[in-house]
Amino acid sequence: MAILDILKYPDEALKQVSEPVELFDEQLQNFLLDLEETMRAGPGGVGIAAPQVGYFKRIAIVDVSSKPKIKHNGCMILINPEIKTWEGMKIGREGCMSVPDYTGNVIRAEKITLQACNAQGELIDYECTGYEARAVQHELDHLDGLLFLDRLVSRRTDLFKRKVYKK
Amino acid sequence: MNEWKMLTLVGQDQPGIVARITTALYEAGAQLGEASMMRLGGNFTIMLMVKSEQSIEALTQCLTPVVQDMNLTISFQSIEASLHQHEIPDSIITVYGADRPGIVAKTTTALLEAGYNITDLDSDVAGSEAEPIYIMQIEGIATKGMAAVEKAVEQIKADGVNVDLAPLDVMIG
Repeated sequence: MAILDILKYPDEALKQVSEPVELFDEQLQNFLLDLEETMRAGPGGVGIAAPQVGYFKRIAIVDVSSKPKIKHNGCMILINPEIKTWEGMKIGREGCMSVPDYTGNVIRAEKITLQACNAQGELIDYECTGYEARAVQHELDHLDGLLFLDRLVSRRTDLFKRKVYKK
Repeated sequence: MNEWKMLTLVGQDQPGIVARITTALYEAGAQLGEASMMRLGGNFTIMLMVKSEQSIEALTQCLTPVVQDMNLTISFQSIEASLHQHEIPDSIITVYGADRPGIVAKTTTALLEAGYNITDLDSDVAGSEAEPIYIMQIEGIATKGMAAVEKAVEQIKADGVNVDLAPLDVMIG
């Protein structure tokens, strides 16, 4: 296993669209181990996408299980992922290992359902909400050459929580 | 001499302040850093990090034509500064209530005592002249833990101000 080098913007390669994975072979298994190790080595990293390490295949890993008190699916290996449904919108603060020393507000769907292959190539359905849904959308953007910088909204945009008023 | 200065600028809001000031600085060979620029009470305000080999006097001279033409007030001061030193805030505190003296002083004093370090604050007076309301959003870091800040927030609430403390969970992907 090895920690891979992270491409950092303004490296134009990050803008590249990644190709689907076709072979679920041993080489892929080894790459997944390295990718996961690289994600865990990053400060606070809860997700990573293959193009961030210069491998332009549709692969992402998301694991938000270290965050307290949130719903999650554990460690998700997402190969050739496809978001099926989006619901709700929420502003949240994001950062990226490929864009060090900057965080900004991004609007993401609050709830998504998606389909992705696991490491063995089996198709799996997921439902993600909140923080995990945000992480998945952020990583899947990388597969299409998009950074959170492409989706920034004003830092002064309303961050009031929408509350259900009890009376 | 190649060090950071902070440029402070105030003037009646009008189109062209940012473009003309930054063009003059660019032509003077200065490098720009982090900035905060906004309209406050009909004035346009700038706080801008400027790095240049030129002296404060020379930089001020470069801006003089624009400053005089647009009736602006500027000042440069030497600062000890560097880039790439962002601290990530861990919470957002929203405060609002009928405007009255002391809201900011009491709120921020209570937060200070709870070990809260403010990284960003913006506030506004809204409502009407007869019934103004005060709205403030604070981002910061709970250096002594969130429990202490929660306690401070309860104390501020008891004073009749609406306060909401929300964790700011930055997603790093």
